[in-house]
Amino acid sequence: MSKNKNKWFSLNLNSDTVQQKSSCGCGKTSGGCGSHTPEPQDMTDEAFAEAAINASIGEERVKDGFEQVFDVKMDRRTAFKKLTASLLIGAGAVSTSCSVVAGDESKEKAQIEWEEQFKGNYKLMSNKEKSATVDRLVRSYQLRTGKNINMSSQNAKDDVLFGYAFNISKCQGYMDCVSACVEENNQDRDSQMQYIRIHEMKDGEGLNFNEADDNYYHEVPAEGHFYMGTQCYHCDNPPCVEVCPVQATWREDDGLVVIDYDWCIGCRYCMAACPYDGRRFNWSTPEVPEEEVNKDQHYLGNRMRKKGVMEKCTFCVQRSRAGENPACVEACPTGARIFGNLLDPKSTIRWVLENKKVFRLKEDLGTEPKFWYFMD
Amino acid sequence: MIKVFISLVKDSLDRITHGSKKYHLWMALLTFIMLFGMYCYSIQIREGLSVTGMTDRVSWGLYISNFTFLVGIAAAAVMLVMPTYVLKDIDFKQAVLIGEGIAVAALCMCLAFVVADMGGPAVLWHMIPVIGVFNFPNSMLTWDVLALNGYLFINISIPFYILFRHYQGKEAKKNVYLPGAIISVLWAVSIHLVTAFLYQGLQAKPFWNNALLGPRFLASAFAAGPALIILVLAFIRSHTLFVIPDKTIKKIALVVTIAAQINLIMLVSELFKEFYAPTHHSESAYYLFFGLHGKNALMPWIWTAITLNVTATIMLTFHKLRNNFKVLYISCFMLFIAIWIEKGFGLIIPGFIPGPWGKIAEYSPTWIEIGVTLGIWAMGALIFTMLARTAIAIELGKIRYKKK
Repeated sequence: MSKNKNKWFSLNLNSDTVQQKSSCGCGKTSGGCGSHTPEPQDMTDEAFAEAAINASIGEERVKDGFEQVFDVKMDRRTAFKKLTASLLIGAGAVSTSCSVVAGDESKEKAQIEWEEQFKGNYKLMSNKEKSATVDRLVRSYQLRTGKNINMSSQNAKDDVLFGYAFNISKCQGYMDCVSACVEENNQDRDSQMQYIRIHEMKDGEGLNFNEADDNYYHEVPAEGHFYMGTQCYHCDNPPCVEVCPVQATWREDDGLVVIDYDWCIGCRYCMAACPYDGRRFNWSTPEVPEEEVNKDQHYLGNRMRKKGVMEKCTFCVQRSRAGENPACVEACPTGARIFGNLLDPKSTIRWVLENKKVFRLKEDLGTEPKFWYFMD
Repeated sequence: MIKVFISLVKDSLDRITHGSKKYHLWMALLTFIMLFGMYCYSIQIREGLSVTGMTDRVSWGLYISNFTFLVGIAAAAVMLVMPTYVLKDIDFKQAVLIGEGIAVAALCMCLAFVVADMGGPAVLWHMIPVIGVFNFPNSMLTWDVLALNGYLFINISIPFYILFRHYQGKEAKKNVYLPGAIISVLWAVSIHLVTAFLYQGLQAKPFWNNALLGPRFLASAFAAGPALIILVLAFIRSHTLFVIPDKTIKKIALVVTIAAQINLIMLVSELFKEFYAPTHHSESAYYLFFGLHGKNALMPWIWTAITLNVTATIMLTFHKLRNNFKVLYISCFMLFIAIWIEKGFGLIIPGFIPGPWGKIAEYSPTWIEIGVTLGIWAMGALIFTMLARTAIAIELGKIRYKKK
């Protein structure tokens, strides 16, 4: 994944890799390799066996066992391919037979789905209920994909209030933050959803958002321009939280404005109420290629979403509550992004707020963003 | 009591399912459009709202536009309720049942449009108090839910009581329905005001965040709603034995005229504020009326609306023209279309353009969206036809309890 540095723009001018939707981990573009079968549980056993045989031995199936193995013309590459495929099928068969009865699994799946459908609002859950739903989601993902994920339900820590500062002088518009954000937070790849927008502004025109371009496709930094990023500002007085009819979005004690994706009804009132373009909606089912899924997740953060719900920047709650910087901060090559605990007098963010001439956007709306801009 | 009710339902079903060839054709057409709408909605359910023209930049579209307009139509039933029940004006008595029928149909359409706009209609139970979380009183949307459902309840129960009594050949008791009627008058004002507050309360959208929005909603609703009622009454008058005197229609026309005039005054005030000393906040209005940076998808719509609106209001203002029923019907139709545009996508879509950071991304509905919208309108027409047919039959004495 590292060599295939993903940029989530429509035009991929500088990228040497062509994005192949149907490409798969094993390098094959057709046939079965195990990790490629879209939804194996939809296949009947016979169909699966058929496909498996086709994949592993193909046209050799009419020959008898000895001929199949020895009387076959193949180069080393195909031989390896077939060997891998057969191994994967074998492993699949073993795991299926070890799971006692498939009926139990589908029963468990139905049970989980039922409980998930009728669970309450995360905001109002006790710690026990929170970990119960997280366990269900982890198990459900395991049942669906056979892969394990890590999901946290860690609450806000005491004496922590997260804040963010953006150095306009430093940002060069590389958009590494955008790519890192998409990869970290499992955003939908199809619609190219991005939490961060980088606005390219002309020198000498001040902070003129109307003339700025938030969708540029050229080499940066462009002559005579400067760059400014916007995202969710995690307001202390967030209008989006007020308007939600079901309290599916709220401000946590450490200042993060979060969403319970399972409680959201998708009315998009919060989107209309946000003055900062901080919120995104899943217009269709979000899709992330299985091998690109970030498996370190938080219930309120980057866990997989479904269609018809809101989502937004959470300052990477799965990272920030674990004591790390958000992905955008870590990815920024220029050091334009600063994140930290506003209540810790020794934090960098406090130093910036105390020593730089900071300002916020649309302060007149009374939203009290926890996102400051400054210049060197 | 229950026996009477069952007999009423039976009789009204009989009434609804039998009629002239034209009537059957009309109902078949509505059913067909509804089925088409349901098919479109099923595509939307399967694929998600991505099949609509809405995006992250313009996140409300045709559905919410129609919802906003129809709340006004529903509220307008009060224009008939008030004089009839409270001011003891006998003239309106026949018209009021029709008005309330329109209100019920409009409210059903409102609720359908809201549900169609939801990303997760399956989890709407999250809004039900006690088993879900109802963010009252913080969210204006919860106020709107209460207002709309309460109004629907009132508008079903009052006419039902009256018709139920008439069905048995008894007079409706005034001391039973009068308190309900008074509440419904107050409630009607509140539903449209609350719906306006839904938009008005957003500091993020300067185009909506203005104190005139609520009053203008009311003025335009009290023009468009009774205009529709006049058209419906005209149809009923010419196609059934139901007697609606000229005097009634003329009185409603007066209501329409005054509301349309007030609406026009408010429009002038709004335009003056936006364009005499334009600020950063006038950009949405600029986009709506003149287009911004060469993007002007709404311009033809809004100028059509303004032209229709002004012409209709002028025509209504002259007594001679207004008292000529042909002119009256034409101007009512013009006014209805004008306000549908103005209070629909002329209000909702420019709120999102330009976006919070000045981005101008235009919106145009897809065919699926239009299909669902048509389906919901057909549903409203169907509900109204059924209600009106029963009500007229009872009022004419064609169906009575224990009378074959």
